[in-house]
Amino acid sequence: MDHIFNEEQRMLKDSVERLVAQRYRFEDRRAIVASGAGWSRAIWGEFADLGLLALPFAEQYGGMGGEDGKAGAPIETLIVMQAFGRGIVVEPYLPTVVLGGGLLRHGAGGALQAELIPAVAEGKKLLAFGYAEPQSRFNLANVRTRAQKDGSGFRLDGRKSVVYGAPMADGLFVTARTAGGERDAQGISVFYLDATTPGLTRRDYATVDGTRASELTLQGVKVGAGALVGKLDQGLPLVERVLDEATAAVCAEASGAMSVLNDKTLEYARTRLAFGQHLSEFQVIQHRLVDLRVAVEYGIAVAMMATLKLNASESERRRAVSAAKAMLGRDSRYVGQTAIQLHGAIGMTDDLDIGHYFKRLTTIGWLFGNSDHHRRRFWAQWRGSDAHAQNNREAA
Amino acid sequence: MELELIDLTPEERAFRDEVRSFFDENLTPAMRRAGRMVTWFFSEFEYGKRWQQILDKKGWGAPYWPVEYGGTGWTPRQFYIYELECMRYTPPQPMSMGLGLCAPCIMEFGTPEQKNEYLPRMRAGLDWWAQGYSEPGSGSDLASLRLSAVSDGDDYVLNGSKIWTTYAQYANRIFCLVRTSSEGKKQAGITFLLADMNVPGMQVRPLINIAGDHEFNQVFFNDVRVPKSRRLGEENQGWKVARHLLKYEHGGGRLSGELGRRLALVTEIAALESDGYGGALIDDPDFSRELAEVAMGVEAIEFANLQVLSAMREGEAPPPAFPLLRIRSRELGQRLTELGMEAVAYYAAPFQPEARRVDNPATPIGPEHAVNATPFYFNQRAATIAGGTPDIQHNNLARGLLGL
Repeated sequence: MDHIFNEEQRMLKDSVERLVAQRYRFEDRRAIVASGAGWSRAIWGEFADLGLLALPFAEQYGGMGGEDGKAGAPIETLIVMQAFGRGIVVEPYLPTVVLGGGLLRHGAGGALQAELIPAVAEGKKLLAFGYAEPQSRFNLANVRTRAQKDGSGFRLDGRKSVVYGAPMADGLFVTARTAGGERDAQGISVFYLDATTPGLTRRDYATVDGTRASELTLQGVKVGAGALVGKLDQGLPLVERVLDEATAAVCAEASGAMSVLNDKTLEYARTRLAFGQHLSEFQVIQHRLVDLRVAVEYGIAVAMMATLKLNASESERRRAVSAAKAMLGRDSRYVGQTAIQLHGAIGMTDDLDIGHYFKRLTTIGWLFGNSDHHRRRFWAQWRGSDAHAQNNREAA
Repeated sequence: MELELIDLTPEERAFRDEVRSFFDENLTPAMRRAGRMVTWFFSEFEYGKRWQQILDKKGWGAPYWPVEYGGTGWTPRQFYIYELECMRYTPPQPMSMGLGLCAPCIMEFGTPEQKNEYLPRMRAGLDWWAQGYSEPGSGSDLASLRLSAVSDGDDYVLNGSKIWTTYAQYANRIFCLVRTSSEGKKQAGITFLLADMNVPGMQVRPLINIAGDHEFNQVFFNDVRVPKSRRLGEENQGWKVARHLLKYEHGGGRLSGELGRRLALVTEIAALESDGYGGALIDDPDFSRELAEVAMGVEAIEFANLQVLSAMREGEAPPPAFPLLRIRSRELGQRLTELGMEAVAYYAAPFQPEARRVDNPATPIGPEHAVNATPFYFNQRAATIAGGTPDIQHNNLARGLLGL
């Protein structure tokens, strides 16, 4: 799919891939994952130097997101995420640049943009976004956290689950209900708060895929009127758009991780002997290796499909992103499982990189909605209904 | 859980009540937790050991063994009743390579001395056996193994290594396939030894798995001496013993509540999880469709197992077609762990082995029912690797059963 990239994009691809290949070898990653912070400031600095942290923002911030940053830089983001997938990079690029950056680009007012975007672009500030709650599963409209008017500002109370990147974040975005009932699409608003805001507590932890996340508890958290990101009560379309961008980004990441697993598994099958021949000489194994490659090529294709539709109409965007995620969720699991299966027990060890790719692909499988969720969302768009299939069911 | 025998005779009802009251009296909450926090096949070792010793005192240490060796002589329906109660009570699962794999071989090939020395100690939970089969270069192609045993007076001297030896860190004995000859076919130079662990020259290296757990090991042999009296069967006839063992490797000839236990677990998780739209996940049309598919498979396998077991006489090896019925169980077992992980959604993410401990577990980050879901899924990927891949099983069946 390289043919789709222009000269500049090819250069970006080369430099990010080089950075990952040289500075993010499996041993480097292992040391970063095992470190107290769980990410490398030095690597982050190199991302900044390469311009990766500015990528989707407006030109005035050094980004490639056009005049106002709304268009983002979908193809460039795909290139970066694919390379990160190849190295299973654990630095919080997705929470900071894709999720946080997306909320800033699509929702934040000029003041907040001016305050945060340069700091993000320079690598000085990290961000995270809490949108899931213990009861919400994959329904973005399922928000119990409440934000009540408090003088000119708001008072937030509630809980956010599995907020990737929160332990290292300087600023956090959260969804909160400003009106309506627990699962109403209306009445959701997005707020920005400094990580040190009183009343905000975190429980930080490592995740199975080598990154870090937190449980957030908000208890009487007071924020000013300027903390509101986007329109009051009308936050859901903003959230959905940003999560679609993030979903396309993890599709790209998955496709990168899948290609590595495919290459490594093929190589292993060519060298491992069993019953006097190489694994790759057994027909049953050959067929499986072809299936692996098919899954990888589909993965690359659908990641691109989702990426190219991010700035299309809302319906087209949803359809493409959900189709890609539903397919990739299944195919990436197949690739991860098959890579382990063909490696045998050695693929089950913490020592080998295979299992770590498998684990990241496992997480991506359900992150921002599993295949069931996205299949339904795709179907709701495909058959021309605006409403979410699940909402229809609930109303019925 | 609907796996149930409904038409119990008065004797069977009395038996079930006996099992229940025995479990009620002997299973502490910690032990039941040990039975639930399993990610491979065995509970935390100390709990498994304690439970084995309790079972043996009751006379239930090795129910499947022939009565002459201390088996219970239960009818197939009694076994089934017992397994159903195990599913409910989740007792600890002791490491079972000795009881389940080595014992049938000792019964078949052992000398009277060997039978007397090893079988009672196994049953009583005094000896714990590791399985020395795979080697770094020999996995599914087991017969290519190279660990060498050279004759030296009354001993063999062993050099080489065994790998993927589950729970070798707890074992005091290890049964091993070793190479005593490189003449002729590779199967023809293999010998089966009953060795001690923790002897000079033997070293156990932990291998951490993808869930972060220490289940596997590599065991190194450096001039380890094993007396010839510890040989099971004839020299260079070890493959015959190994083949006998393989009949038992995937639970051949016994019922196992394992699939039912997993099904019950997933069902429980799905009932507790929200679908995100105001209902329970268990009523979600997509999730329940998947779960129903697996549940039907489990019912069919349990039924077929019971049929086969009823047709077998005590102590007999399972019929040759039995593997055909079992062939789906490993994949079904994996699928169930996959559904369990899928069910907990975002709470599949936390890496928190300390919340899975039986003693003093850490406060879980997500709901308690989520703590074991992801490691269970991860570790069960090995279910279609250990004991030979399904590809090998297919090859063997194509040759052996279909005559191709």
